[in-house]
Amino acid sequence: MSATPLLELRGIDKSFGPVQVLRDVALTVHPGEVTALVGDNGAGKSTLVKCISGIHPTDAGEFLFNGEPVHIGSPRDAAGLGIEVVYQDLALCDNLDIVQNMFLGREKRSGIVLDEPTMEQLAAETLAGLSIRTVTSLRQHVSSLSGGQRQTVAIAKAVLWNSKLVILDEPTAALGVAQTAQVLELVRRLADNGLAVVLISHNMNDVFAVSDRIAALYLGQMVAQVRTTDITHAQVVELITAGRSGALGLTTETGSNGDGTQPADSISGGLR
Amino acid sequence: MTTTAVRKDGPAAVTPPPSIGGHARTYLSRVRGGDVGALPAVLGLIVLCTVFAVMQPSSFLSAGNFANLFTQGAAVTLIAMGLVFVLLLGEIDLSAGFASGVCAAVLANVVTVLGYPWWVAVLAAIATGLVIGTTLGLLVAKIGIPSFVVTLAGFLAFQGIVLLLVKEGTNISVRDNVLVAIANRNLTPALGWALAVLAVVGYAAVQLLRHRNRVARGLISDPIAVVALRIAGLAVILGAAVYVLNLERSRNVLISSLKGVPIVVPIIAVLLVVWTFVLQRTSYGRHIYAVGGNREAARRAGIDVDRIRISVFMICSSMAAVGGIVAASRANSVDPNTGGSNVLLYAVGAAVIGGTSLFGGKGRVLDAVLGGAVVAVIENGMGLMGYSAGVKYVVTGVVLLLAASVDALSRRRAAATGTR
Repeated sequence: MSATPLLELRGIDKSFGPVQVLRDVALTVHPGEVTALVGDNGAGKSTLVKCISGIHPTDAGEFLFNGEPVHIGSPRDAAGLGIEVVYQDLALCDNLDIVQNMFLGREKRSGIVLDEPTMEQLAAETLAGLSIRTVTSLRQHVSSLSGGQRQTVAIAKAVLWNSKLVILDEPTAALGVAQTAQVLELVRRLADNGLAVVLISHNMNDVFAVSDRIAALYLGQMVAQVRTTDITHAQVVELITAGRSGALGLTTETGSNGDGTQPADSISGGLR
Repeated sequence: MTTTAVRKDGPAAVTPPPSIGGHARTYLSRVRGGDVGALPAVLGLIVLCTVFAVMQPSSFLSAGNFANLFTQGAAVTLIAMGLVFVLLLGEIDLSAGFASGVCAAVLANVVTVLGYPWWVAVLAAIATGLVIGTTLGLLVAKIGIPSFVVTLAGFLAFQGIVLLLVKEGTNISVRDNVLVAIANRNLTPALGWALAVLAVVGYAAVQLLRHRNRVARGLISDPIAVVALRIAGLAVILGAAVYVLNLERSRNVLISSLKGVPIVVPIIAVLLVVWTFVLQRTSYGRHIYAVGGNREAARRAGIDVDRIRISVFMICSSMAAVGGIVAASRANSVDPNTGGSNVLLYAVGAAVIGGTSLFGGKGRVLDAVLGGAVVAVIENGMGLMGYSAGVKYVVTGVVLLLAASVDALSRRRAAATGTR
């Protein structure tokens, strides 16, 4: 969509002790687009997100943000750049209301006193800007919200800070059909509002419903990053499970699982 | 991302306009949903007072006994106010009782044995509380020992420190006029009225300003009638209390006159206002609730969880120090049992009876005061009816159990109805 990607990762390596979790990973994320990050369990999706959000330091590799090389050493650095993560387990406090949760850790103050009216107004504006009308009162406790509403609040919280990149970790994993549609619609709206969105998902239907690009991780390596329109459902599944699909994916075996060619063929054969 | 014009059809506009009836309905549905707040404590207080008033009309209802309630319950209430902070994180401080004893012993040593002025002694006692709280907090937050174990160890150790400080079983008297006055003297009736008026005017100003601010910004706010009712309610309660306390309670007016609000009452009131402000209106207080509600979420929001955890133990032990000072003042002395026996359990009981959850994340400083009142009324009323200490302990235990059951059941109810 735009010429320079908002975030570009090059050659990211990350090990936990002897286990190398990420190997020479490259990723580009464009503003106004939803980039789906897919991969099997243990492929390194969560680790990659934690590297981007500054929770884990990387061993090697560079980050370019808006074309400028940056260093992300802590969650605060990431927040400073406008990177917000919506975690799988939501990270909302049940005993606080919607406004309190949205401003948690970054409360607006006048002097030492909390500036509740301003926070409430900003929260209302953000929710209205995302066309969220499912919550009746901003002052209700998060505990009284449904799963979809909570996810909505968590996403709105991430958007509140004029963020440029929002990373969503399995936002629909625990939701019903109608709520999933609601959240996906919201994800699409974030991108249409000009934000860069990274969506981690296991659900291929969700991925194809909202994403513009798909990035597939396989055993810690980025095996493909393609436009969603240029790839089929089956090809993505092959990339996730075998790391290659026809011309896409790994070209040479890296020896990580010995004889990788054989299972790749058998799986792709099975799917076709 | 959006303009203020969009806000008109925002989520805030969906809520029906506020009215008194609507306000009452919202409250009722909240109570039915399991969010009972301080309701059990208030109802309990009313029931207990009615029972004792019927059984012992002459002694329980006298102005002198009313004043006694405040001085009897003061130390426990103050310790409970500090405990609320620890309970809000779902932690416990079992050492608060003897921490108050240690601080009281420090106070007595500084003022009586070393002969320093009263304010040096008070500062030394509170500083002792801060040191105790910091130590407990560091052990819990940084080393990761459960607070139950850390403070249980503190409970035993501080008991020993009190013994050492008061030289094995003797007691140290506290004769300083200012210190003795805290729990034994009264404000002049005029000063009592002045402070009551000041409190009501201040409360009204805060409430009305907030209401005006919210209305001016187009936010949902409580109807003005509800705000007025709240102010009037406070005025009536304070007015009645000050009126009764200003009645003559001396047995023989010719020998000495005894009337006015006990000095400990404004001390509790000021601390109540200060700590309520800290909890409800500062980001520090908001972070305490957040850590108590979901520690991981708080950590991800950038809150320094360890700092919060250490600080609540510091607040708790400092408030225990204040409680210890009041206890020393009331007894005119410090002995090895100051802050011992039932003080800690009454304080925890007061916080829980008032509506502070043992599971963390829910509670107010006002809960400690309401719960402290319930505990004081039981202690006082049962004493007047001539029951033995044994019966008093049993009844207090049963009331605490009731309060904890209300807490647990309301949580279950809330989980079922989805309000929590």
